[in-house]
Amino acid sequence: MADFKMDADHSGLALERGVQGVLGAGLDRSEGALKVSGVARYGYEHPLAGEVAYGYLITAPAAKGRITGFDTDTARGLPGVLDVIVDDPRIPRQAAAFVPAHAGNDEIDHWDQIVGVAVATSFEAARDAAKSVTMTIAPEQGHFDTMAGVGDASGPPKDSRLQDMAKGDIDAAMADAAVTIDQVYTTPNQVHAAMEPHASVAVWEGDTLTLHSSLQILHAAKGILAKSVGIEADKVRILSPYIGGGFGGKMLGPEAVLAAIAAQKVGRPVKIAMARSQLFHNVYRRTDTHQRIRLAADKDGKLTALAHDSVVSQGPDGGFMEPVALGSIALYDAPVRHFTHKIVTLDMVQAGAVRAPGEAVGMLALETAIDELAEALGRDPIDFRKLNEPPVDPMTGAPFSTRALVECLDKGAERFGWANRASQPGQVRDGEWLIGMGMAAAVRINLLVDSQARVTLSPDGRARIETDMTDIGTGTYTILGQIAAESLGLPMDCVDVILGDTDLPPGAGSGGSFGAASAGSSVALACEDIVATLAERMQADPKDMTLKDGHAIAGNRRVPLSELVGSEPLAALGKISQGSNAKTFSQAAHGAQFAEVAVNSVTGEVRVRRMLGVFEAGRILNAKLARSQAIGGMIWGIGYALMEEAVLDQRHGAFVNHDLGEYHIPSHADVPPLDVLFVEHIDRHANPIGVKGLGELSISGAGAAVTNAIYNACGVRVRDFPLTLDKILGGLPDM
Amino acid sequence: MQFTINGETHDVEPDIRASLLDVLREHVGLTGTKKGCDHGQCGACTVLVNGRRINSCLTLAVMHQDDDILTIEGLGSADNLHPMQAAFVKHDGYQCGYCTPGQICSAVGMLDEVKKGWPSHVSDKLDSVSLSNDEISERMSGNLCRCSAYPNIVDAISEVSGLTPAQKEAADA
Ligand code: FES
Ligand code: FES
Repeated sequence: MADFKMDADHSGLALERGVQGVLGAGLDRSEGALKVSGVARYGYEHPLAGEVAYGYLITAPAAKGRITGFDTDTARGLPGVLDVIVDDPRIPRQAAAFVPAHAGNDEIDHWDQIVGVAVATSFEAARDAAKSVTMTIAPEQGHFDTMAGVGDASGPPKDSRLQDMAKGDIDAAMADAAVTIDQVYTTPNQVHAAMEPHASVAVWEGDTLTLHSSLQILHAAKGILAKSVGIEADKVRILSPYIGGGFGGKMLGPEAVLAAIAAQKVGRPVKIAMARSQLFHNVYRRTDTHQRIRLAADKDGKLTALAHDSVVSQGPDGGFMEPVALGSIALYDAPVRHFTHKIVTLDMVQAGAVRAPGEAVGMLALETAIDELAEALGRDPIDFRKLNEPPVDPMTGAPFSTRALVECLDKGAERFGWANRASQPGQVRDGEWLIGMGMAAAVRINLLVDSQARVTLSPDGRARIETDMTDIGTGTYTILGQIAAESLGLPMDCVDVILGDTDLPPGAGSGGSFGAASAGSSVALACEDIVATLAERMQADPKDMTLKDGHAIAGNRRVPLSELVGSEPLAALGKISQGSNAKTFSQAAHGAQFAEVAVNSVTGEVRVRRMLGVFEAGRILNAKLARSQAIGGMIWGIGYALMEEAVLDQRHGAFVNHDLGEYHIPSHADVPPLDVLFVEHIDRHANPIGVKGLGELSISGAGAAVTNAIYNACGVRVRDFPLTLDKILGGLPDM
Repeated sequence: MQFTINGETHDVEPDIRASLLDVLREHVGLTGTKKGCDHGQCGACTVLVNGRRINSCLTLAVMHQDDDILTIEGLGSADNLHPMQAAFVKHDGYQCGYCTPGQICSAVGMLDEVKKGWPSHVSDKLDSVSLSNDEISERMSGNLCRCSAYPNIVDAISEVSGLTPAQKEAADA
């Protein structure tokens, strides 16, 4: 087994010597034809033999209280109804993240809480039955206002990625500074809104449970599901070959547990898809944030202090904290630094991870504040950032693994035409539209997690990659194939990638942008072993052997791999794990975001006209798919800047806009042409293949580039996200 | 009930309350058409009924017994892709792929609407409609993509529609 712990840089992979020419190439997605022709089957769509039952979740119309009784008689009497389950102690209250969700439906702790499931022979009957269940509730007053509860707030949980930290005296630094900014920025509750709802099919065979679902990290989900259902983990198998978007939300949905419980009770497979409205209240949200940012600078534009102090919310028993300041910690040099978080517990669905926890919302505030400070100093925002570029991690003093922020800023400025930006707001007009340009830095911490993959080279010269890693739209099928093809010298069509099955070696799963680096390294490592065996059979040193087009070439000999393999397949397991490099080096991916917007001088409407993202995320494994990841994140930035907000009804603790018609995410017409440029520096300290996370980097700062452009267009600075037109209108200059 | 789907006749006995979407997915086994919201708000369930794009979640199956229903599976197959499907692959007009069948069916229906001269909210003139990237974006806005592949989707549609880069610019200007 090729087992590598990242305690030091890897000495050099076969991948690096590869001459197949597929690594990095902008190849089409390998599963593309299956997706565009509709035959790729997502969890809910797995074909089943025999009789199937449908489940529909029953939810409670209250945010806090006790259920004193259910009336299920009407529901049970409806044609086709098999069971109405409201009395099972395992009924989960919401989605699980890293541990099983709280179970039991006697207590209601958030609006629309799941309290059971109706099971029937058709979807229509199950839905009708679920809606026919009534319950009596002894209500209690809930608390839904984050800032009203700040007096009782707690600090970061012990196991949180981010603890409070301080260096120097922030109050003194603010008092002494030539120029300061002290502002509060707020962001609202937000949801994942993956197009595929959480959906599962549970099938029991004896005491063994198979779940067809749509999950991001399968081996973790397996443990949580087993515990939630009350069986041993080795009795559970989960399959998620295709996943209709995750964005952090698909760890283990409540419908998975209820499908398992229901299937056990009715003795046939049970399918449950959560209704769109149920997702809003039963899958963890991204918390609202209240961020105070203090910046101090001397008259030459050097930052002397940076403080980012946040208040966030959480539901009952939620262990997660949105690490709002994550991006702020090492982005700019300043001797005095201060980062804190307070958590207010509300009677709401828990808060959890949504794409780029921390940076996605923290960078909206920080990068707006930096724009404000640069303006107060009379400096160009790009020059200001370059002036405050830290030589080493300003918090720990550790060297950066790689850092190319300045290069991203410079390349972006040139490509975007930053020199044409009017430094004073409100100077450029196009008819009734005011035009402006803005920019922001992007940063996302870089992670590596344990990941395993098996690579098998068969006698017919084909390679097979197997891991329970997932592809949530990120391109895993393609990039793992590219890594193996490059390492083993095979054309892409000779590599099969099998993912999303817990019977396969446990992979990283998808989350935290660690997937490509972790799963990719495990595949490259497994290939190391195979290459070593091939070299032995060629009687050559691996370094002197070339692998190309299914042949090994060494010492004037060119031998087909099928011949070298012989009759027994060659198999190897690759395993990567994080090591001391995580501490020795400060690791993050960086970038620069640019936006041009038009603000309507009459209505306050904002149209994004163009955007550019320049990103440094280590080695780029597939130019086409990397660009897609990047534009996806940038468009999330447009959403966060301009429209996304789950609006909370303070009376009932319910999101009033719990559907895709009213919770606005960007649609086609909101999105202009987007330009993406990669600055490629292979990060050898980060992981063996030199990759850094990209999918979350691209959202970081994107929204702030848009709102800074709004300020440049019309001179209105809004600190309460999203910047809907009502907030802009009042500040517009007279016509 | 009898349905004509992708040129084939299917006899099924769905619940009278079943949407066309659920009949396709649960009774006929054509799961290429996706359910994203079940409320007509996302477009994932778009199919072509008598050549027109509709949200199949918003219509009862029982109303379509005499209709000609075309789904993503009928447009082309994995080894014989429709030009729109092939263009989505080429331009990476998707990521997770869940909104994709709806986007593709919608795009095919949309181009036909343009051919028939139907104007949109962004059309300059009501009587002579010409395609541009702005027109494509406007007309495709009923199809949400949370992976946010929008620019690539527009590129794919624009290629199939035969817009040359020069035409696109001229029309957008
Ligand atoms: S599922 Fe029909 S529009 Fe969303
Ligand atoms: S490709 Fe994932 S939602 Fe469009």
